Amino acid sequence: MAETIAKKPEAKEREPLFGPKEKKLLTDPLNDNNPITVQVLGICSALAVTTLVYPSVIMSIAVVFVTAFSSLFTSLLRKSIPKQVRMIVQLVIIATLVTIVEQVLKALNFEVYKQLSVFIGLIITNCIVMGRLEAFSMANRPWRSFLDGIGNGLGYGAILIIVAVLRELFGKGSLFAGSPLAIQIIGPSSDYILDTSAISWLGWYQNNNLMVLSGAAMFIIGVLIWVHRTWNPKLVDVS
Amino acid sequence: MHNTRQIVAFVAVLTIVVALVLSLLATGLKPIHDRNEAIYNKKAILSAIESNLDAKASDLSDEQVQQIFSEKIEQVVVDMQGNVIEGTLAEDIDMAKERKKPEAERKLPVYIYDGPNGKFYIVAVRGSGLWDEIWGSIALESDFSTIAGAAFDHVAETPGLGAEIKDNPKFHEQFVGKELYDDKGNYVSVDVKKGGIKNPEHEVDAISGATITSDGVSEMLYRGIKYYEPYFEKIKN
Repeated sequence: MAETIAKKPEAKEREPLFGPKEKKLLTDPLNDNNPITVQVLGICSALAVTTLVYPSVIMSIAVVFVTAFSSLFTSLLRKSIPKQVRMIVQLVIIATLVTIVEQVLKALNFEVYKQLSVFIGLIITNCIVMGRLEAFSMANRPWRSFLDGIGNGLGYGAILIIVAVLRELFGKGSLFAGSPLAIQIIGPSSDYILDTSAISWLGWYQNNNLMVLSGAAMFIIGVLIWVHRTWNPKLVDVS
Repeated sequence: MHNTRQIVAFVAVLTIVVALVLSLLATGLKPIHDRNEAIYNKKAILSAIESNLDAKASDLSDEQVQQIFSEKIEQVVVDMQGNVIEGTLAEDIDMAKERKKPEAERKLPVYIYDGPNGKFYIVAVRGSGLWDEIWGSIALESDFSTIAGAAFDHVAETPGLGAEIKDNPKFHEQFVGKELYDDKGNYVSVDVKKGGIKNPEHEVDAISGATITSDGVSEMLYRGIKYYEPYFEKIKN
């Protein structure tokens, strides 16, 4: 008995690999600290690439990869990075990972690569990535930095996909266009699941062209911020 | 604290490691990139004759695309006088570079598709849209006047407006059956017209809200297909 009691505190000292703190690193950016709706970072690409769901999903995966691994590598190097050049070193790490993503995507799915065009390259300038490196990875252990990177990438991706679903559904009437999962949902012809021309009281329905333009993304993100704050009142006092 | 020498050493090592990783990756993936790009361009050409293929061009597998190109398509390069230039393939012609040359020196790619419905001549045209270049592949029937299909692409036209020339199948479907020559044999090309078609043989409906891209398509077709006139004349005789 005495032995087991003595062992317990020792076991407690070792930090668990995935405890409540680590879980919070993943979930916080999805809600309380969302990079887009709370910190309003990464708006440029969120406006530009969200016309279709499929490229947005690919973009989200790319950003998760870049935030996760740039956080990991920065954290691994954090003690040896000279203070005077730390920003440029972070930038080199980010740029390397983005170039890797770009090269791999070009080899795996050329059509999506063409669609995303410059926006993959522009992940380098996405404030979320560098913001996390400066604010978190430079001061934290690799594993936690890695989780923080994944969390923030997911927080960005979640908003991206919500916006893209709304824009594609109301702008084009389809979902996942361009991928093997493509479905035509709502529109005025028999190609769509919900054929509005066949239902008399829906005959007025047309796909909204505004949704395809970047302006619509701005409105949607604005409304999302509003909804998010109403639903989570503690955000209202944050800024 | 770090002194200058340490900083320089750190940055130098980092740069060398990164450069090594990226150059290895780029060299390793280069053949796949080139292959993907070639297939992407070939699919764009095939989408002009989509109605004569078994499947939509975008649904074709890479192998099917290569197979159609090796079995049913003859690639020809012609000069502005209509002479066939031997020893070059149409797919090696870079239209963006050709467009920068003086008109008389340009080379023109022709893809001749020999299928069950006869021969189709697919020609390449290139022009300017609103923001950047636009281009297209136009398939002609063997009378060199009737359009059998068209496909367009662009660098940076506005999504939902100018980009509809590529994204909206209803736009390029309109071109099927249009005539380049009028009843008297004069070259009139096909006009992308705003506000209703008056002459259904030579006009298609423009995309609303995309006047400059639509005008760009009209101009590109008029000028681009005319370049091929000497070649068509030679085949006819």
